[in-house]
Amino acid sequence: MARHTLSVLVEDVPGVLTRVAGLFARRAFNINSLAVGPTEVPGMSRVTVVVDAEGDLLEQVTKQLNKLINVIKIVELTPDTSVQRDHILVKVRADAATRLQVTQAADLFRASVVDVSTDSLIIEATGTAEKLDALLAVLEPFGVREIVQSGTLAVGRGSKSMSDRALRSVSA
Amino acid sequence: MSNGTPISPSLVAKAAGRAKDQAPVSSIVGASNPVQGPNNTVAPTEMTGSQAIVRSLEELGVKDVFGLPGGAILPLYDPLMDSTKINHILVRHEQGSGHAAQGYAMVTGEVGVCIATSGPGATNLVTAIADAHMDSVPLVAITGQVHSAFIGTDAFQEADIVGITMPITKHSFLVTNPDDIPRVMAEAFHIAGTGRPGPVLVDITKDAQQGKGTFAWPPKIDLPGYRTVTRGHAKQVREAAKLIAASQRPVFYVGGGVIKGHASVELMELAELVGAPVATTLQARGAFPDSHEQHVGMPGMHGAVSAVTALQQSDLLITLGARFDDRVTGVLSTFAPNAKVIHADIDPAEISKNRTADVPIVGSVKEILPELTEACRTRFAEDGHPDLAPWWSTLNRLRETYPIGFTETEDGLTAPQRVIERIGALTGPEGVYVAGVGQHQMWAAQFVKYERPHQWLNSGGLGTMGYSVPAAMGAKVGNPDRVVWAIDGDGCFQMTNQELATCVINNIPIKVAIINNSSLGMVRQWQTLFYDSRYSNTDLNTGHGTARVPDFVKLADAYGCVGLRCERDEDIDATIQQALEINDRPVVIDFVVSRDAMVWPMVPSGVSNDAIQIARGMTPEWEEED
Repeated sequence: MARHTLSVLVEDVPGVLTRVAGLFARRAFNINSLAVGPTEVPGMSRVTVVVDAEGDLLEQVTKQLNKLINVIKIVELTPDTSVQRDHILVKVRADAATRLQVTQAADLFRASVVDVSTDSLIIEATGTAEKLDALLAVLEPFGVREIVQSGTLAVGRGSKSMSDRALRSVSA
Repeated sequence: MSNGTPISPSLVAKAAGRAKDQAPVSSIVGASNPVQGPNNTVAPTEMTGSQAIVRSLEELGVKDVFGLPGGAILPLYDPLMDSTKINHILVRHEQGSGHAAQGYAMVTGEVGVCIATSGPGATNLVTAIADAHMDSVPLVAITGQVHSAFIGTDAFQEADIVGITMPITKHSFLVTNPDDIPRVMAEAFHIAGTGRPGPVLVDITKDAQQGKGTFAWPPKIDLPGYRTVTRGHAKQVREAAKLIAASQRPVFYVGGGVIKGHASVELMELAELVGAPVATTLQARGAFPDSHEQHVGMPGMHGAVSAVTALQQSDLLITLGARFDDRVTGVLSTFAPNAKVIHADIDPAEISKNRTADVPIVGSVKEILPELTEACRTRFAEDGHPDLAPWWSTLNRLRETYPIGFTETEDGLTAPQRVIERIGALTGPEGVYVAGVGQHQMWAAQFVKYERPHQWLNSGGLGTMGYSVPAAMGAKVGNPDRVVWAIDGDGCFQMTNQELATCVINNIPIKVAIINNSSLGMVRQWQTLFYDSRYSNTDLNTGHGTARVPDFVKLADAYGCVGLRCERDEDIDATIQQALEINDRPVVIDFVVSRDAMVWPMVPSGVSNDAIQIARGMTPEWEEED
């Protein structure tokens, strides 16, 4: 099923993430990833959800989300009109013999080494989900010890702001 | 278009190749004056949080509340005692307060209010809150919560009731600051009562009740994420009229939204203009009079053949405030296979949830119906009125051949359908009928004649056994001048009959008809039909030839009600008449009936509505399609 990225502007109040996540659970909608954080507007947070849904189901997801009182606005961000990034931290086995190969592989992906120990490295990388998958494939042979990954973050291209327009429509 | 695409119902509809179904911005209800009540102004005054709750309820125009105190809500009950404007009715179980508030809301159209303490008090409300959520009943539940410093410590009588009820409320609030109380109360009532109505929970910590805060009225409601579209999009309304004018076999599929939207008068005007058959769902009984010649009955699993067929063979469903529930559609993929769908609903999420709408109209049926009537009038003037005579000849034949009826029982005991039919006939349409859940509920929907909205209350979506007695109590408080019948089953009655004590003590003279078939009748019917008549755990031993535990007449007597028993057909009318003449206390009638009576017609679970049976193994004879 196709993945769709929804950017959900919400009021930053206690329980709002539970409301959003709980809605997905009880309506049996699949979440691929979810990221939440504050925005440039005080009192507003933005939740980026990647859902496995399309057509009528995607329509239901957005309509049900819109019914949550704390949800202000929902925007679908398509790959061609937005920037979408995942963030990853990978702990890889690397001793004196392999360290150079691992760091070179990281360089190819413009990933950075953020921690070094005698037998391992921690690599930090940012990119699309596809790029990070490719990085992991390259690191795999060295021995991946741990992976920590954020949800996808996404923002629309151009100068317009989602919260800007949302707030204007609310006050109108 | 560089910052993504806003997802709104209108946009998704457009993306799917359909026209916009969202109204212009001017018709969106803003926050201009959303605070309900008489609109008094109160200058900032210092008072305790609990005083602020009482004062907020007063300013919101609340007259009756149902509740039961406990530790964490004790501060509220102190100033409540002094209020001259609010009548508090002490229930015997919190679930009863919830259902009573539902019954009250259903007959008055106002937001019902129930109050409980923290922990078990709050969890006892859960069933009623879930029920109100499924049936879109405006309800505000106020619960006490432990002191804010104790939250999360597993304190005595602590339960995360906001978390527990999150999936079954329209919204919920946790209040820890007394200053927030007026705003939260006003917002709770606004959310519960507007748009698609529903339950709102307000959980207030003990310290927020005890602490001092500033009360001012009206508070400023701040709900930037809550907008309700009430006016239908004009273009969609015209599209709907076009489909209606072109339809050969249209049918009005009327749901509970027409009752909630108080749109019966508007429905009548459109229905008579179009001349199409009208089917009223379980939640919409009374939205259109049963006696009207265009009424073809209730659709669904136990619907009339004429109503089920009207939907099934239709080429256009004019869907008003209904949600294509599985009990109406049967197997969804085979439901009304040749019908286009006009779907008007105030909740955009209902549109195309189960059945894709060809013409979606988001808005209140109260506002959409007059505009649709006008649009149809214009359209008929241009295109002529559609000829529905062949359609009516099909439906009239079915209506005459397969009316709702019943056969005499084989054991010679009273047929439960007869009892219910006589209650309806002797009481009339000005009464209020409140059913529990099960066979008696279906018979009450089939055999009482419904002529007006708010005449019929039941638990449709959740199917809550035990709804009847407390909901009837609430309905009687809201409509004290009407005769209120709780038509209950022997199983249901044993779940919530403790509220008879509340009725006696508070002089709420409801009438309870226990349709006593000595079993969990609907479950037993399914065991008869689908489990080889193996009656696993459905025998309640309350009827003929059993230990009769409890004795319902003695139980009624113990509560201070009048208890009557009726076991023979020839006594039915006299017993009902006797009950109708008693108005100084509740009456409980134990109608001992045959346990073998079954609800027909029936669409068995998991099959198409085409497989409707008028009796066991008997399907209607369908007319040859020409």
